Amino acid sequence: MSALNTPVTIYVPRDSTALALGADQVAAAIAQQAAQRGISINLVRNGSRGMFWLEPLVEVATAAGRIGYGPVESDDVAALFDAGFLSGAQHSSALGLVEEIPYLKKQERLTFARVGITDPLSLPDYLAHEGYAGLRRALGMSGAELVQEVLDSGLRGRGGAAFPTGIKWKTVAATSAKQKYIVCNADEGDSGTFSDRMVMEDDPFMLIEGMTIAALAVGATRGYIYVRSEYPHAIAVLNQAIATANSAGYLGDNILGSASSFHLEVRKGAGAYICGEETALLESLEGKRGVVRAKPPLPAIEGLFGKPTVINNVISLASVPIILARGAAFYKNYGMGRSLGTLPMQLAGNIRRGGLVEKAFGVTLRELLQDFGGGTASGKPIRAVQVGGPLGPYLPPLLFDTKLDYEAMAAVGGMLGHGGIVVFDDSVDMAKQARYAMEFCAVESCGKCTPCRIGSTRGVEVIDKIVAGESHVVVQQIKLLRDLCDTMVNGSLCAMGSMTPLPVLSALDHFPEDFGKGQLGQAA
Amino acid sequence: MQIEASVPQAVPSDPSVDLNQVRSIIQEFKTLPGAMLPVLHAIQDALGHVPPSVVPLIADELNLSRAEVHGVISFYHHFRQQPAGRHIVQICRAEACQAVGADALVAHAKAALGCDFHGTSSDGQFTLEPVYCLGQCACGPNMQIDDDLHARVSNDKFNRVLRAKRGVQ
Ligand SMILES: Cc1cc2nc3c(=O)[nH]c(=O)nc-3n(C[C@H](O)[C@H](O)[C@H](O)COP(=O)(O)O)c2cc1C
Ligand code: SF4
Ligand code: FES
Repeated sequence: MSALNTPVTIYVPRDSTALALGADQVAAAIAQQAAQRGISINLVRNGSRGMFWLEPLVEVATAAGRIGYGPVESDDVAALFDAGFLSGAQHSSALGLVEEIPYLKKQERLTFARVGITDPLSLPDYLAHEGYAGLRRALGMSGAELVQEVLDSGLRGRGGAAFPTGIKWKTVAATSAKQKYIVCNADEGDSGTFSDRMVMEDDPFMLIEGMTIAALAVGATRGYIYVRSEYPHAIAVLNQAIATANSAGYLGDNILGSASSFHLEVRKGAGAYICGEETALLESLEGKRGVVRAKPPLPAIEGLFGKPTVINNVISLASVPIILARGAAFYKNYGMGRSLGTLPMQLAGNIRRGGLVEKAFGVTLRELLQDFGGGTASGKPIRAVQVGGPLGPYLPPLLFDTKLDYEAMAAVGGMLGHGGIVVFDDSVDMAKQARYAMEFCAVESCGKCTPCRIGSTRGVEVIDKIVAGESHVVVQQIKLLRDLCDTMVNGSLCAMGSMTPLPVLSALDHFPEDFGKGQLGQAA
Repeated sequence: MQIEASVPQAVPSDPSVDLNQVRSIIQEFKTLPGAMLPVLHAIQDALGHVPPSVVPLIADELNLSRAEVHGVISFYHHFRQQPAGRHIVQICRAEACQAVGADALVAHAKAALGCDFHGTSSDGQFTLEPVYCLGQCACGPNMQIDDDLHARVSNDKFNRVLRAKRGVQ
């Protein structure tokens, strides 16, 4: 076959943000134009590179590498063909070699190394890009050795609490129960976060491989991925990938001919933020209301259906394959202090270049907001960023030189959480944001503790009074709000109630001028 | 502990619900460990909601009290006990979307559909629901109609998308 007849490979993402921006229509237009012009092409639906301001980002494979065009609309497609984009020709939407785009080039992608490059549902593609190298190595190791490797990597849970993953696994491994479970927390309820979603949609075998390795490490034979109902695309992709892995012998009985078995199933949540909390998630998986359990017992001892259970976030589990494939020392070489490895951070909200940035811990907030994000989408100054989801505090520009590392963030009263960074420009009303935090808690509280269940509703009322009030009322109500926050912090069983005060108090502390008709903010 | 023997009781009659269909759905999922959510999802996917008349059936088959079943259905925002419009329109109200004008979009949607959150447009086409993040936070404001996502939704885009949905009926 002559090179001339080899069909050109064109990539159009199938990640749901790309879909939300019209990727399916673009893919259809490309197929139609190619057919019309009698050109044979190989259309691959890859994942997203995570540069969402460029989506739909169409890539063409050329001898020099993958040339990008974006954002592409279906109406642009005929012009792209006319311009000769199949050989990487110039066009107003041409971006050059995708790998050379600074936003991507400056990242340190370990967990997201394959994301956007491969076809998420192609097992051969996965295998050709180091996929299942970790599991192959793991199959030759004992459970104790596997646990040790993860301990040595320094991996801490990426779901928010940052608890060392290896220690959790060790606890489960040490139990003698016959039935143990691996549960993946794919509830990803935090606003501003989408890295879990991207793993599930754009590289699902990586999560499956990570869970399989976890199962080998602790001796579990069953696993569940609990995915929020708001993510129908992720659920569909996972189900297909699991079916493929099963039929290829990577899941099920006697994995790759070994004595080990692991059965994996997706379970769909039902729209409850609290079901991201690990014990509420287990209750939900058991078919009950998602009410938080008191600890102890730890899920590692008495978890799902009362059995020892590893429960980890998507990114925690997805980080395991590369740790096994390249070794703990390789992974640990990234990061700083006690925050080792990389963190996929997510730039969201009012930001010019929103998307996913995977870097070693230790990058500053300013680097992310300016160098990567390019400032606000509106072009106005950034006034506040909320890092770490709806329970994270609002940070003012004064703190933008803080390094993103669990301890450094905590030192300035912040939190890193799941790595979501939500940007607000100077039109934001911080009293409104504080009110929203209380309202969200009122809507999403599991109802077990009074300070959280009732206190959040009271919080909304008090903030309303502050916003509407005259000076003497404001002073008194702000004191009341602080007292209320104190009660919530000290009287709540889980972080929903005990951390909702963070966004509220940070708004009061850093942006007092927004509370109580203008000049009265001093009382804050 | 002794589980109270379930006394067969008359199901409140609801001619719009095919109880045999519901029975077969329950049969399909009841052997799963923690079957409740999969059962409820399957019923809602088939009927559009989880009608109160199916609660006794579920309770019976899963060996639970009606109160427990009702407690689960009412806990989760996703499950609804009343029929909805033909399409579910979810608009994200969470922080990242707020930062780029979600509140204005919500106001527009309520006016355009002539209903509040959890309400249905008078032509029965669209039920409006709030959602707290769709995972599309880099490109807000966002909405989802059934399983179709739309990013950077302006008022005009909202109108266009809904017109298109109406058109394909
Ligand atoms: C209110 C609340 C919501 C949470 N939501 C999530 C979530 O959506 N995803 C997640 O992975 N962890 C979430 N967590 C943290 C989990 O409880 C738990 O720490 C995590 O799943 C453990 O996994 P990891 O060690 O891999 O991080 C939440 C915690 C709380 C208190
Ligand atoms: S703090 Fe709130 S969400 Fe957490 S257990 Fe108590 S009531 Fe439930
Ligand atoms: S905040 Fe709206 S999609 Fe995440």
